[in-house]
Amino acid sequence: MEILNAFFSAFVDSSSAAFALAAIGLGVHFGYGGLLNFGQAGFMAMGAYGFSIWTAVVAPTENWGWHPIASFLSAIVVGIIAASIYAFILGLPTLKLRGDYLAIVTIAAAEIVRFSVRTTELTPITGGSQGMTGASIKTDIQEINPLPSGQYGFWVFEAGAYDTWVRIIGWSLVAVAVVLVWALFRSPWGRVVKGIREDEDAVRSLGKNVFSYKMQVLVLGGVLGGLGGIMYILPRALQPDFFATPTTFYLWTALLLGGAATVFGPVIGAILFWALLNGVRSIIGVAHEYGFFFGLSSTQAAQLSFVFVGIALMVLVVFRPQGIFGNKKELSFNV
Amino acid sequence: MNTAGPAPLVRNAIQWGGALLLALLLTLGLGMATATAATDHDGKTVASIQQTEEEESPYSFQGSMRDSDREPIVGVEVTVTDESGFSGTGTTDESGEWSVGVPTPGTYTVTLNVDSLPDGITLRDPAHESREFEIATTAQQGVLFAFGDPPSAQPTTDPGESETGSETPTGDDSETETAAEQPRGQGFMAALTQRAINGLFFGLLLALGAIGITLIYGTTGVSNFAHGELLTFGGIVFYATTTLFSLPIVAAIAITLVACTVFGWLHDFALFKPLRKRRVGMVQLLIVTIGLSIALRYFFQFLIGGGTQQLSINRGAAIAIGPANISTSVLIAAGISVIVLAGVAYFLTRTRMGKATRAVSDNASLASASGINVDSVIRTVWIVAGFLTGLAGLLYTYFIGGAIRWDTGFSIMLLLFAAVTLGGLGSAFGALVGALFIGLVTEISTLWLPADIRYAVALGILILVLLFRPQGILGRKERVG
Amino acid sequence: MSKVTAADLISGTNGPGVAKKDPIIVADGVTRQFGGLKAVDVDHLEIPRNAITALIGPNGAGKTTLFNLLTGFDKPNTGTWSFDGTNLAGIPSFKAARSGMVRTFQLTKSLGRLTVLENVLLGASDQKGERFWASFIPGIWREQENANREKALELLARFKLDAKKDDYAASLSGGQRKLLEMARALMSDPQLVMLDEPMAGVNPALTQSLLDHVLGLKEDGMTVLFVEHDMHMVRHISDWVVVMAEGKVVAEDVPEDIMKNQAVVDAYLGSHHDTDLGSITGQIEMEEALQAELAEERADADTEAATDKEQS
Repeated sequence: MEILNAFFSAFVDSSSAAFALAAIGLGVHFGYGGLLNFGQAGFMAMGAYGFSIWTAVVAPTENWGWHPIASFLSAIVVGIIAASIYAFILGLPTLKLRGDYLAIVTIAAAEIVRFSVRTTELTPITGGSQGMTGASIKTDIQEINPLPSGQYGFWVFEAGAYDTWVRIIGWSLVAVAVVLVWALFRSPWGRVVKGIREDEDAVRSLGKNVFSYKMQVLVLGGVLGGLGGIMYILPRALQPDFFATPTTFYLWTALLLGGAATVFGPVIGAILFWALLNGVRSIIGVAHEYGFFFGLSSTQAAQLSFVFVGIALMVLVVFRPQGIFGNKKELSFNV
Repeated sequence: MNTAGPAPLVRNAIQWGGALLLALLLTLGLGMATATAATDHDGKTVASIQQTEEEESPYSFQGSMRDSDREPIVGVEVTVTDESGFSGTGTTDESGEWSVGVPTPGTYTVTLNVDSLPDGITLRDPAHESREFEIATTAQQGVLFAFGDPPSAQPTTDPGESETGSETPTGDDSETETAAEQPRGQGFMAALTQRAINGLFFGLLLALGAIGITLIYGTTGVSNFAHGELLTFGGIVFYATTTLFSLPIVAAIAITLVACTVFGWLHDFALFKPLRKRRVGMVQLLIVTIGLSIALRYFFQFLIGGGTQQLSINRGAAIAIGPANISTSVLIAAGISVIVLAGVAYFLTRTRMGKATRAVSDNASLASASGINVDSVIRTVWIVAGFLTGLAGLLYTYFIGGAIRWDTGFSIMLLLFAAVTLGGLGSAFGALVGALFIGLVTEISTLWLPADIRYAVALGILILVLLFRPQGILGRKERVG
Repeated sequence: MSKVTAADLISGTNGPGVAKKDPIIVADGVTRQFGGLKAVDVDHLEIPRNAITALIGPNGAGKTTLFNLLTGFDKPNTGTWSFDGTNLAGIPSFKAARSGMVRTFQLTKSLGRLTVLENVLLGASDQKGERFWASFIPGIWREQENANREKALELLARFKLDAKKDDYAASLSGGQRKLLEMARALMSDPQLVMLDEPMAGVNPALTQSLLDHVLGLKEDGMTVLFVEHDMHMVRHISDWVVVMAEGKVVAEDVPEDIMKNQAVVDAYLGSHHDTDLGSITGQIEMEEALQAELAEERADADTEAATDKEQS
């Protein structure tokens, strides 16, 4: 029961929605555009910090008397702009170079962002290594919550008014992102982007401005990552160390689990990632209670679930590179 | 098309090899897990370090207090705290010296208990009563407290200026300085020298790890994101052999190096060779290394826990080089690095295998066509990489003060990649130059910038270099396009 | 079809870099250096309009490098060149392509995980739906897309690929990919088509049809410049031949007379015309590497071609 609980709650949890958004962004980068982004956590950080700094430090509701809705929406826009500018700056030097340079620069830049926001010097703005409390960033969204307090949903999906509200926002954003990606990649624009993934010189020889397309893709995926970052912090607090390299790696796991160049793949992948992680964790937890694993502590047992994640990622990528839902014909990795 | 034939064989090989790898790790791991439990019973849990003895706590703040007549001040309390709730206290001894050990590198607040000062002695700058300091790659951080009034000739408003002269009768020791304290004058030179020497040593260690990455990248085209774990592995085996099993140091080093070499070979034998046979694509391989990194890292955490583990090794006395203090252990580590790096250079340029390695790096299909056994070259490269990176891990634990964490390697993996990219992907000599550069930059930048962003500075410089010279410092331009 | 004579194309006495009556490309002082080696060192070269010009020479002569320079895929150390009167020096490759010169590649660049039809549609120029914001509103681009689709299907029919229009391009044989690449290039109605080794790796059964297609381009009023190794092909379809060796243009003439030219014989060292001059003069590691890759690619293509044959 406990295990099922842990497994199924991932299907509605807003963390899954946040991961789904960021994974869709990563899918736009890699699955459709062929861009190797190993710093999606950096884009998430830009969104999350843009949102939080605007809400908690600039605080338009408090300082300028804005309506909470205006403040909340503008905070999201700030997060989007921050992620776009970040994408633009990263793309400028690297999109003309071979793909692995983008990989190195994105992974390095994401860490630069994390180190910078957690430095003590910036504590008044970013909250330093402690980040920001949930209370300080949730003011607006709590204010505009139309749901009266109480419990919503049923069985394992039950949650309080605030969590339900965040879930609604998160999954709505995921729905919008899915439609957006679907529309884009059936249009001529998407065709050019997919062409670039296959061979950018060929597309260049047909008179397309490859650099500009790659930049658009980088910004689009980055913005989705930024939204994912915002959604991730809303139910909890802003923690700088969440935006570290492992998060990017988990997003890759989620993306590949679902299938990189598919519309629903990243969403399903994100849900499955959390469901399996939580599920395995609780299975190990239960097994531990019944005395398996000799004298090891329960934390040690829990760490095994991440070992499982790593091994699963390796097995998946070798034996089923197109993901669970991908089309084997379309997605064998030849990038 | 032809997957039907060899696939089961390959699958078997993967399974068998994987099982072997796991078995090896588990044997080692269970031994260690029980050994950890044993130390726990002795009450020496590292997580709760609360004392001031240097031997057990390599990271420490220290200093000496003297009054305006340069007489030691005895019995003054200094408290060191951090945000996670750690708190340690030290008291100055007869010679006015104090030291407070801390469990991990990080930012700490160092507070002088003013009430414990003898009558008539006051801090020159009241703002210095409580200050934040960073413990970074170096284990010991000096903290100065200046007492009494500044010499009347100096303007009181500028403590930085007034402390420049070493002859000022204010108890100004020539210890390691923090950046913000003395940006000019002799103090600055001393700090610069100290940082440069540290940076150079750090760079040498990075080079050991980075050469492994660059050789693997050159010969197989794989950017091994699990390379940091090779480094951690070296540190952990060293920790296990020296501390948990209390072996003599020579035996510990020998076992560590052999284990790391075998570990490197296992990477190839159990994982990458079967994948090569399967003709798995580059991006897939990249992601396999990511999976491997996650799996190994948490396996390490499973073995040694989430905290920092201290190694029971003698770090040697500090000796002065010019204005800088260097611990002998660091000197030894640096010396070993230089010798090994020279050995690598000899291997690559003089031996048959080394030349073959470079040929494969340059053009694998051409090398293969001219009769070089690419498979055996790649195997050698993994073995060499395992050895070098393990050695780097061993020395790195030594360098940062005899401590190991489950993510030690992961935390500097990006610096390794930065070094490799800076030097030019695939070039071993480039990796050395890049590593030294990164080492120096991380340390020297702390003179001006907050120490907690020093890695960010190194990575920022990497991006800048790529902007203007994408092929890296020594890379060939043709490789970029 | 009537054969073109030298007098129809050139003005003045024939020789390397001779002026043409109606040049479509004029290049001056174009050099490209790799390390210490001058891969391309062309003083003056004019390509005649509405003719088929072959660019030949031993391996490592700099033919492909010159191609890359003219199309903006590589940057020269010095030199200027113009296409149809417009300066193209320093112009990025995609803009060069938009000006009406489309190229193909030595190693065929078909977009494997796009369908054959999508590949061709990608060749269309000025599709409004290829702009980011416009792509959300099908109303803006639907009509244009349908017109392009019709044109693409016609082209595919011409190249006998229409039956495969919904297959992934990766499933085509080497020769079919060459055809696909050509069809794709024609989508934008270019004035100049530049083919880099169109015959390399093509199933012999397909060569004749490929040659006919190249001839057809000229009939449709296009200019063709192509790089080729095989003299028989060159003799068969080209109106004009430019010979390069060690980066320089050493001779130009009509195909019938070109092999009588002493400079050409010297360039090929009088031996079999496929002799690798590059390695004989101890030239370049890089070219060697490229050739090794090329050989592999060819071998693959050959196997594929063989399989195709078996299947058909």
